[in-house]
Amino acid sequence: MMEAEYTTIKPQSSLLDIDMKELWRYRDLIYMYTKRDIVTFYKQTILGPLWFVVQPVLTTVMFMFVFGNLAGISTDGIPGVLFYFSGIIIWNYFADCLNRNSKTFTDNQSVFGKVYFPRLVVPISVTISNLVRFLIQLVLFVVIYLYYIITGAGILPNLYLLLLPLLVLMTAGISLGFGIVFSSLTTKYRDLTFLLQFGVQLWMYITPIIYPLSSISADKQWLIQLNPMTSIIETFKFGALGTGVFSWGWLGYSFGFMTLILFIGIIIFNKIEKSFMDTV
Amino acid sequence: MPTAIKIENLSKQYRLGVIGTGTLSHDLNRWWTMNVLRKEDPYLKIGETNDRTTRGESDYVWALRDINMEIEQGDVVGIIGKNGAGKSTLLKILSRVTKPTTGTIKYRGRIASLLEVGTGFHAEMTGRENIYMNGSIMGMTRAEITRKLDEIVDFAGIERYLDTPVKRYSSGMTVRLGFSIAAHLEPDILVVDEVLAVGDAEFQKKAIGKMQDVSKGEGRTVLFVSHNMASVKRLCKNGILLENGLIKKSGLIDEVIDYYIDNYQSEKSMPYVEVTKEMHDKNRSLKAKFLSFEHIKGSTKYATDEDIVLRIKIYSDYDIQNCRINSTVYTSEKVAICNNSSEDYFHIYAGQTIDVEYIIHNPGLVIGNYNMNFSIGIGNMTEGETNYDVVKAPITFEIDKPYKDENKYYVKWDKHGWGNIYMRTETRVL
Repeated sequence: MMEAEYTTIKPQSSLLDIDMKELWRYRDLIYMYTKRDIVTFYKQTILGPLWFVVQPVLTTVMFMFVFGNLAGISTDGIPGVLFYFSGIIIWNYFADCLNRNSKTFTDNQSVFGKVYFPRLVVPISVTISNLVRFLIQLVLFVVIYLYYIITGAGILPNLYLLLLPLLVLMTAGISLGFGIVFSSLTTKYRDLTFLLQFGVQLWMYITPIIYPLSSISADKQWLIQLNPMTSIIETFKFGALGTGVFSWGWLGYSFGFMTLILFIGIIIFNKIEKSFMDTV
Repeated sequence: MPTAIKIENLSKQYRLGVIGTGTLSHDLNRWWTMNVLRKEDPYLKIGETNDRTTRGESDYVWALRDINMEIEQGDVVGIIGKNGAGKSTLLKILSRVTKPTTGTIKYRGRIASLLEVGTGFHAEMTGRENIYMNGSIMGMTRAEITRKLDEIVDFAGIERYLDTPVKRYSSGMTVRLGFSIAAHLEPDILVVDEVLAVGDAEFQKKAIGKMQDVSKGEGRTVLFVSHNMASVKRLCKNGILLENGLIKKSGLIDEVIDYYIDNYQSEKSMPYVEVTKEMHDKNRSLKAKFLSFEHIKGSTKYATDEDIVLRIKIYSDYDIQNCRINSTVYTSEKVAICNNSSEDYFHIYAGQTIDVEYIIHNPGLVIGNYNMNFSIGIGNMTEGETNYDVVKAPITFEIDKPYKDENKYYVKWDKHGWGNIYMRTETRVL
């Protein structure tokens, strides 16, 4: 009998022993998990998928009232709706993915404890299902956007808007990377769950969502730009609304950041998924 | 037959609670003390000040130790053992839920586990959606599931509910659906853990039949963990007995089960047993009740053709006319062999304690251990009956030889093929 026909279960594998082929074999499971995520979200609701847009719309209204009207923070001359909504949908995508992915192991303990499949399936499908939500929200954004263009508010898209797919990819990558790092660590250290919850909330304030990056004095902008989400959101606003700080350098930085965090995340995740049943 | 699973020097160690305190602060403190200050593990000291000599040994337990075995393709192997023997750990490693500490397992093809059926079922999703979900979790592709959908639904018997959310299903339906998906998975190796304990009798029969088909017809390997010796025996060809993480015995299932029963389940066979409070069935009035049982000959051992004679002490609170005692005889595997409905009525008066002699004439049972349930009451099954007291297995007996007459010739009885009852027959040329 040829050895090659056998699957071997061994104690510890090396750090880089990551089976991407296996993940590909389980692509149907990724599809099923994604579908389940989306479908079960609005089961037994009347509004159905409409719920996907209720939250960002209400948040936008709230931001317009609190930050725009009460606090009077500048929106770079852009109508508040567009300014806030564009930031919020990207940020929501990021934050939702990060929060859910950071709980991968603890939330799926019962399934993981019974059946083997590449565990990365779960965070990947969470990232995809949230992408679908994001796209639905994006449709609403486009509707509002077209309204402003037609009514002539002086907003015009430029070529940089073509970077949008890359921006979405980077958002997905960073949230996936951070998410799986945290999920790996929370199997043992539950403290991190609490840290992450308000950490993500605070993170939003160092991302230019409720204020434009240009409102920060030029010599301190780099502090905010160290946040990899900054250049993603600024680039989107720059492409779609024509205002904002765009720099290839900082966008490259974010891309490098994403690659690094994904790489680290996959390695840690791969190591943890083999022993987590004993420590969780 | 080629080897389906080969296990070599497999061990699994678990760390006990105190060390893995599991919070970042403790681990950082340990890392700091050990790597920066170069001192001993601070948390190891806390737990170990009392007895330093046993350090290391007490912190770790071996759930499995040096397991070596080979399982042939198409074999149905029963894994038995007491709770904590390591059965579930073995299955968990096999189904790749956790990693072994040392050793390797090599296997061919796809393993599917039924550690618990219906894994990943989502209450809000319909039966159909859950079939796809559960099937893909088990490693099927969507195309495969679509091909098998009708069969799965048919086997589970849930056609009508296919597009209804699973939360509306009865628990039995959920289990049937879960089992049905797993059974149609066509894995090369199927791992089953106690699932047959659920579902109604008809479904259990179907499930056992399906598992037999799977192994016989399609050459698949099945590993079956159960406490139910009767179903293990029916299903499996070979068996493995685990004890404290070690293989205690392996071989033909009958031998392994016999060994297990003889060594682990043998109730103390006492010739005289007083009935304690806990032994009475809680649902009975105890108007009359059993006080004690005794083998009159002072031993629990009998020959197949020897009358079993018991002395039973009974007490009654009431005058009871036409009282009778019934009994049921069970094998040590808890399979009922026969029920004895007595027509011998007796009277007992209020406040009286009496002794009765209870005789099983020429029992005809083959060598083995048996126990009996007793009931005292009035009436019989055709006219309706009332039992005042029922006691389960108060007394056991052992048939240790086929004939009272030591010189009589006999063949070695194959209990597993020939059954438990030795009927006396006569053949006459007319």
